[in-house]
Formats: sequence, C-alpha cells, structure tokens
Amino acid sequence: MTTLSPPVAAAHGVPDPAPHRHRRRRWIGWGFIGPFMAVFALVFLAPIAYSIYLSLFRNQIVGGNAFVGFDNYSRALSDPQFWSALSRVSLFLVVQVPIMLCLALLVALAIDSGRLHGKNFFRISIFLPYAVPAVVATLMWGFMYGTRFGLVGNINDWLGTSIPNPLSPDWVLLSIGNIVTWEFVGYNMLIFYSALRTIPTSLYEAAEIDGAGQLRIVRAIKLPAIRGALVIATIFSIIGSFQLFNEPSILQSLAPNAISTYFTPNLYAYSLSFSGQQYNYSATVAIIMGLITMVIAYVVQLRGMRKES
Amino acid sequence: MTHTATVPAAPGARPARTSSPSSLRSGRRHSVEKPRRNVVLTVLTGIVLVYSLVPLLWLVINASKTQANLFDSFGLWFAGDFALFDNIAQTLTYDDGIFGRWLANTVLYVVLGAGGATFLAILGGYALAKFDFPGKRGVFAVVIGAVAVPGTALAVPTFLMFSQMGLTNTPWAVIIPSLISPFGLYLMWTFAAEAVPTEMLEAARVDGASEFRTFFQISMPLLAPGIVTVLLFTMVATWNNYFLPLIMLKDPSWYPLTLGLNAWNAQASTAGGEAIFNLVITGSLLTILPLIAAFLLLQRYWQSGLAAGSVKE
Amino acid sequence: MFTTTHRTRSRATATVAAIGALALTLTACGGGSDDDASPADAQSALEEGGTLTVWAWDPTLTDVAADFEAENPGVTIELVNAGTGNDQYTALQNAIAAGSGAPDLAQVEFYALPQFSLSESLADLTPYGADELADTFTPGPWGAVAQGEGIYALPTDSGPMALFYNKRVFDEHGIEVPTTWDEYIEAGRELQEADPGAYITNDTGDAGFTTSLIWQAGGQPYQVDGTNVTIDFSDEGSQTFADTWQTMIDDELVAPVSSWSDEWYQGLSDGSIATLVIGAWMRGNLESSVPGAAGDWAVAPMPQWEEGATATAENGGSSLAIPEASENKDLAWAFLEYATVGDGVQTRIEGGAFPATTADLEGAEFRDVEFEYFGGQAVNEVLADSAANVVEGWAYLPFQVYANSIFNDTVGQAYVGGTTLTDGLQSWQDASVAYGSDQGFTVTE
Repeated sequence: MTTLSPPVAAAHGVPDPAPHRHRRRRWIGWGFIGPFMAVFALVFLAPIAYSIYLSLFRNQIVGGNAFVGFDNYSRALSDPQFWSALSRVSLFLVVQVPIMLCLALLVALAIDSGRLHGKNFFRISIFLPYAVPAVVATLMWGFMYGTRFGLVGNINDWLGTSIPNPLSPDWVLLSIGNIVTWEFVGYNMLIFYSALRTIPTSLYEAAEIDGAGQLRIVRAIKLPAIRGALVIATIFSIIGSFQLFNEPSILQSLAPNAISTYFTPNLYAYSLSFSGQQYNYSATVAIIMGLITMVIAYVVQLRGMRKES
Repeated sequence: MTHTATVPAAPGARPARTSSPSSLRSGRRHSVEKPRRNVVLTVLTGIVLVYSLVPLLWLVINASKTQANLFDSFGLWFAGDFALFDNIAQTLTYDDGIFGRWLANTVLYVVLGAGGATFLAILGGYALAKFDFPGKRGVFAVVIGAVAVPGTALAVPTFLMFSQMGLTNTPWAVIIPSLISPFGLYLMWTFAAEAVPTEMLEAARVDGASEFRTFFQISMPLLAPGIVTVLLFTMVATWNNYFLPLIMLKDPSWYPLTLGLNAWNAQASTAGGEAIFNLVITGSLLTILPLIAAFLLLQRYWQSGLAAGSVKE
Repeated sequence: MFTTTHRTRSRATATVAAIGALALTLTACGGGSDDDASPADAQSALEEGGTLTVWAWDPTLTDVAADFEAENPGVTIELVNAGTGNDQYTALQNAIAAGSGAPDLAQVEFYALPQFSLSESLADLTPYGADELADTFTPGPWGAVAQGEGIYALPTDSGPMALFYNKRVFDEHGIEVPTTWDEYIEAGRELQEADPGAYITNDTGDAGFTTSLIWQAGGQPYQVDGTNVTIDFSDEGSQTFADTWQTMIDDELVAPVSSWSDEWYQGLSDGSIATLVIGAWMRGNLESSVPGAAGDWAVAPMPQWEEGATATAENGGSSLAIPEASENKDLAWAFLEYATVGDGVQTRIEGGAFPATTADLEGAEFRDVEFEYFGGQAVNEVLADSAANVVEGWAYLPFQVYANSIFNDTVGQAYVGGTTLTDGLQSWQDASVAYGSDQGFTVTE
C-alpha cells in the first residue's frame, strides 16, 4: 500500500516540510508517533495476529483443538451465509453512504456559508444524535418504527396511509440505513465543516476579485480544498458499513425474523463467536472481511487522490 | 425510495442547490463581511434539523412520564403527571445511587481515555506531518488496515490477552483500548500539516530548541482548534463506548453509563425483574446532557482557536 | 441458624467428618477438589469464612445474600449482575477459557445447563449430597439440573406454564376462557371480530415458547446421551404444535410484537395483547412491570392438546451452579444450599420468585395467598398445580444456546411469510445437526 499523504496539504500545494531532513533527525519522528504505535500494537495488531493464528485451527466442543491449515478460509469462501451478509452490506454501502455524505456535505456548506439564521444552533443540533448511546437510540427508533402502538402506527391511523412495517424483512435494511444516517450526518458534517474552516480566507478574496460567484467558489475552491476530508470520510464510512453491527444487533430484539444472525458479516462473526463458540471460524470471517475492506478502501483512496492531481 | 425514513433526506438534499444561485448575488465572504441571512436556506437546513431532533424530542417527552404512563399514552406528547423531576430523583437514587457511580466511572474513562487518545493522536499526527522517519509511509496504511478488521471478532482474542495480563474487570481494560483513535490521528495529521508553518520549526531548530520543546511551546498552541475537534470526537466515542466494556467488565461498580443503562433496560426482560423504562429513558437524557455541555464549552475554544489559526495567513 | 430440615443431614455428617475435612480444606487452600468434597467441607468452609463471587441477575438473591452474610459473619457475598442470559454465559465462557475471573456461583437457565455441564465447566454436586435432593424439587427443574450421572446445579426458580389472560377484555367481549388449544384459536377469532385491534397473544418466534409447547404436546425432538444426540422434529408432538400454531399465524391471530419490547408492555397494559401462555414467573413481572393493568389479569390452567388432559411444560426457569474454576467450592455449596433449599427459599418467595421446591409449592401458606393485582385470585394454586403436571422426558441439546440463537433464522421465517412452521422446524433441525456434527457430536436425525 502506498502512503496516504495528508490530502489537505497536498491540495494546497503546501510542501511536505521535511523530506530532506538532517540524518540526526531521522528517528525523532518515532519519538512522537511511538506512543501511539505502541498502544496500537497492543490493542489492534496483537489481537489481529492472534486471530490469524486462531483462524488456522479448529476447536470442537467434543474432540478438542486441531491445526487445520486454510480449511476455515475455504469454508468461508463457500459459505452462503457469509456471502449473503457481504452482499447486504455492499448494497447498504452503495446506497446509504452517498446519501449520508451528501447530506453532511450540504449541511456543512450551508453552515459554513454563514447564511443561516442561528448557525450555532444548527451545528450542535445536527451533531447531537451522534451523542446518543445505542441503547437509547434503539428505544427511540423502536418506538418510532412501531406499527401497532408506535409512531408509524399513529401516522397510519390518522392519515389513513399504509406505511409498510419498517421492521419487516423487506424494509429493515432501509430502516437501519435511516438510523445510521441519523446518527452520523452530524458527525461527518462536523468533519467537513472543520475542513472548510481551514481554507485560507485569502483564497476567497482572490476569487471574489475575479468575480466568482458562490457556486463557483464551492466548486473551484471549497470542494477541492476538502477533498482529503471527503476521501477519508468515505473510507471511514466504507469501513463503518462493512462493520455494521450495533444498529442491526440492537434492532434484532424488535425484528428477530427480519434480522438474521448473519445479517452483516460482523454480526455473523459475533454470533459465531459468542453464541456458537466457533472462535476459529469467527476469526477467519473477520480476517477475510478485513482484507476485502482494505482493498476497497485502497481503491477509493487511489481514485480519490488521482482526481485531485 | 418511497419510504418515510428517507423523506427527510430528499428535501435535505436541496439546500446548497437553492442556496448557491441566491448567494451569487451577495458575492461577499463571511469572514470578510457578514453575508446576508437566507431564509430559504435556513428552512431547508431546518428539515435536516427536525430529522435530527424529533427522536430526541421523544426522549425529552418520555423522560417526563411515569412507568405506567409510558405504556398507555402517545409517545410524542406529554401525558399524565409531569414526573420529570421525580424520575430524575429516582434515577439518581435507584439501587443505592449506582447511577452516580456509573457517571463517575464514565467521567474517569473519558478523562483518561479520550484525553489520552487525543494526546497520542496529536503527537502521532504531528510526527506524520512534520517529520520524515523510517517506516512513515507504512504507518497510516497499517492503521487503516487494522481498523478494517471487524472489532467484534477481535473481542474474544483481546479479552483473552487482557485476561493474561490481569487487566480484565479493571478500568484499564476500558481505558487502554480507548487510547487509540485512528480518525483522530488522521485529523491531527492533516491539521498539523496545515496549521504549523514549517519555517517556524526551522527557526526554532536554528535557535537550538529541542524538538519536544518546540512542539509544546510553539506547535501545540497552533494546533488548538484541531485538538478541540479531536477531543470532541474521542470524548463522544469514549462516552458511548459500549461493546468493549461489555466484554471486559463484569463488575457493575466499574460500569460506564452505557452498560449501566443497558443493564437497567435488560431488567425488563428477566423473570422477577422490574421494568424501569422510565429510569432508562431519564438516565439516557441525563447521559446526553454532559456531552451537550462539553460541546458548548469546547465550541467556544474551537471558534477562538480557528480565529487564531487563520492568523497564520 | 440451621433450622430447616434440609440442613439437618449436613450437620450430622459434619460433626463426624469435621476434623479430617478441616485438614483437607486447609491444605487445599479452601478449595475442594471434586472427589473428596463433602457436606462436611462446606460446614468447615463456612466456619472458616471467605468471599464468594456470585454472578446472577435474579434480583431476589440480594436479600438472600444479605441474610446469609448476617448469619455467617466471616462470609462475604459479592453479588454481581454480569449480564442477563446470553451476555452472562458469554462472560462465563470467556472467563473459563481465560482461566481466571470465573465466579464461585453462576445463575444459569435450565436450557443452557447441558452446554456447560457437558464441557465439564460446572462442578458435579453429587459429592455434597445433592443427589439426595431429588424429591425436594419438582420434576421439571430437577430433570434439568440432573444430567447423566451428575447434578450440576440446583434450581432457584421454575416456570411451569399457565394461561395468563386479561379477564377485563374477556368479560367485555363475552369470550370464554379456553381450556384447549382449539378453543384458544376460537377465542382468538372471537376477540379479533369484537375488536380488530386486539390479539389473543403476541409471538414473533420464540425458541423457548416453541420448545415448551412441543414439550407439552409430548414431543421429544431432542434425545441426548452423552455426545450422542438425536434431533428430530418430525415426531407427533412437534407436528401437533406446528399444525395448530400455523393456523394462529395464518389467521393473523398473533400480534407481531416481540416479547419484552416496550410495545409489548404497552399491549399487556392496554389489553390489546389479551393472553400469554407463559412460565409462572410472569406473575411477578406483571405485578412489577405492568402496574397500569392491575385488577385486569387472571390465571387459568394451560390450554390442552386433548380435552380434559392436564399436561403442562416448563418455560424458562433458572438454577445456580458452581463453575469448576471456582476456588472456593465448599463455601459456594454452603451458600447454594442456603439459597435453593434452605432459608433463602422463603426470602426469595417473599421477593416474588416462583420456587421450584415441592414443599413450598404444596404448602397452604404459598397456595392460599390472594393477589390483589389478580383481583384477589389465589393464582399460586393454579401455577403450583401446573408444576406438578409437567410432562416428563424432555431434554435440551448440549448446544441449546446456539440452537436457540438461530431459531429466528429458520423457524422465525414462518412468521414473516417466508415458510411454514413445519419447514422452518426442518431447517432448524438441519442447521442444528450441522452445528452439532461440526462440533464433534454424533448426531442422528
């Protein structure tokens, strides 16, 4: 994998400050990033290494532990439940992520434009859902989605509409998409907004002297300037989609038949590990998902950065 | 897509398109001169606002209901006795006031976890932005790659490792994993690349200042707005941390609020258990309040920080 | 303190073996290894004192622990709610795998017991004399804790099933209380005609409920002999259930509301969910969690598959077990005995638990209590009778926790129109067989 350069810096043509530093300083960078990497190795790399090790074994309730080589991997690749989970999150990714990011970007641009009444109120209110714990979000959305005694039920009664049950198998993915969008629009908005705030005002002034309108400023200055933030938000959203877990896992108690134990790859890995004690196979599924996610994130990053230059 | 769930999304998508032509006319920049307020834009963004707030409204309304009222009244309006204060009192005293203990735990985890995560991210991001060192190219690739592996499957290996180290069922089992914020690292990286002028560092080096002294005395103040943003994200993440404490902690006296609320919620589904949804809801409301307060507080630093940051131009 | 009849035996043996046992426990640092454990060890462990960690979500144990501490000054009980059901089993499994952090006692539901006992994660309580308690408990719970040769837990509460019904709703529409499942369906139809918004019950597919009804119908889909397991949902009992309940689903007589959700509580409160066929413990849950419907509910015997029969089944119910990893088994046994057959039982009954001990269930003191919540009805009478009529011969799988977790992937699809119950049960069977074989069991269908 090539390195991800800081995209904002690249966009502005700010040169990487220290490509030809004195030899003495070559290792000083590790003094700064060392602590991060040490903890990172402990809480991420070591468990991953352990998982890779686990994925080469099979432990049975009756029969004990045995080395099985890549058996778990070939099993996963021909496991219809794994593939159904993967295709479900892929669909989710293709539909939900663009909607959420566009919404977040538009709100960020609106707030940044300074043309809103009470923009501070907007900013905090739209960010607020991110602060709501998952348990609570379930209670709230469980109520909103209820067709008998809930809000959807009430709306149907009052307006005589027949909104389908949001928690039925056909609609549940969309309902989850809605919750995720609700939770993370504000989060992404804030990322875009803070990226927009780092754009030097001199650029706008120059553009205005050239007679550029707001639309052109957005297209020609703002969007290119925050491309790095856009790319990274996209990458993290892809990772988030592929790791979709909290929302379906919590809604499962309300819609047990619509959300299977293999609804998403992460949920599948979870039930394998926690209900089924199949730690080895669960680790295998996780490793494969990690590889797939990395490849896609890498492609997105390559494409995102190429357009830029 | 005709589903209700996405209805707010569609109108929400319009603001910029509508706003842009109208803003063509004004042709002024906000930081230079105050731009004209736009009602249409406000209304359209307001739709997103409503989308964000309606579920929260449910929370506030239902925090004012008794357990019995919760079940026999319409959810989006007040009903029965206004029991908010009663509920708050009950939440704080239920089970010998364990809610207070959970709150204190959460604060501990946030101070050490989010504080530590922010600090590590600042150092790391600064290193990536301002130094050339062996292995630099690989660092972020490794970080992204590791983050891509689903965390739920890593939970058991992590648990077994931590158990070997004797860390499970202690606050450290929650704090140590919270110290890593890949997104924080990225944000600080981009921010440091922008906000700290290389010439300034060069000058300090010429003066013979050590790199760490330069960092704390010159760079840190410049990084303030980025630090506040990262702190905000790590705070919320730690405050709402659920899955990891669930695996790591078994002693309720070390629970953070999220686990505690979940335990209260689960109480409704056990034989002999007492449903206390009213306390769960009120507790949830109380859980969000400190975050809102922190946001408002940090926001002030954030704005002044941003102003300071733009001085460099 | 040792006033109960159950204790007398322990004390007699205690005096005889006290000295030798004391020496043993001391050298073993208070930890009894299974084979030489005895009631006497428990007695000396009590005198020695110590700290016990108990993982349980049962709220009535709080008072029991406090009483026990008061009676035994050297003993400290750390009662920890380590999660409800599956969360706690996961934690237990993790702690056992990690080799540290396991509690001295853990609450385990009956259906999950075989999973832990088979993997030898739980201590066999026979050396402590637990095998002599067979007649102390009702048959259903006892059948659950006695696995093969060993006794791996003692029942704390039980869930003999009964029909909880909203009498107000039944009276209002002039519907007869059903005594058979056919009448139950009929009552469901009448109710729906009278009030289209009301349902006779709710169900979105619940493994515990389904297996309990098959149990009542005389089905024995699971046969377990060590690691030899038979899974077969084609027997008569299973099919009887599937046919009847399919009608309930097809005619939309069950509300598609998941149990324990707030929507469910709402339905129980306003009468739109009019009955529950459920374990006896629901009595306490209605009282504490649906206060708004006080006076509305009543209890009747479980509807029957054959007219005039009295067959019932267990639904839920928990036990306390001592993990093999406990380092203080002797003391753990002392508390276990106190909580499940000693004075603790009465404390727990007062706290609202439904006991599993025959003496209490048959005693007038328990049966004659009139419950204000149930309009003055002596509901314990109905519930205790149910406990005595549980069909014998039922077994759960040694991997029932996993099997139940995939219930909605398979049978649950019948509730959303994806399949029929019969086919759903078949795919549940297939998936369970596949898992069992994969885990090294010898599985026959």
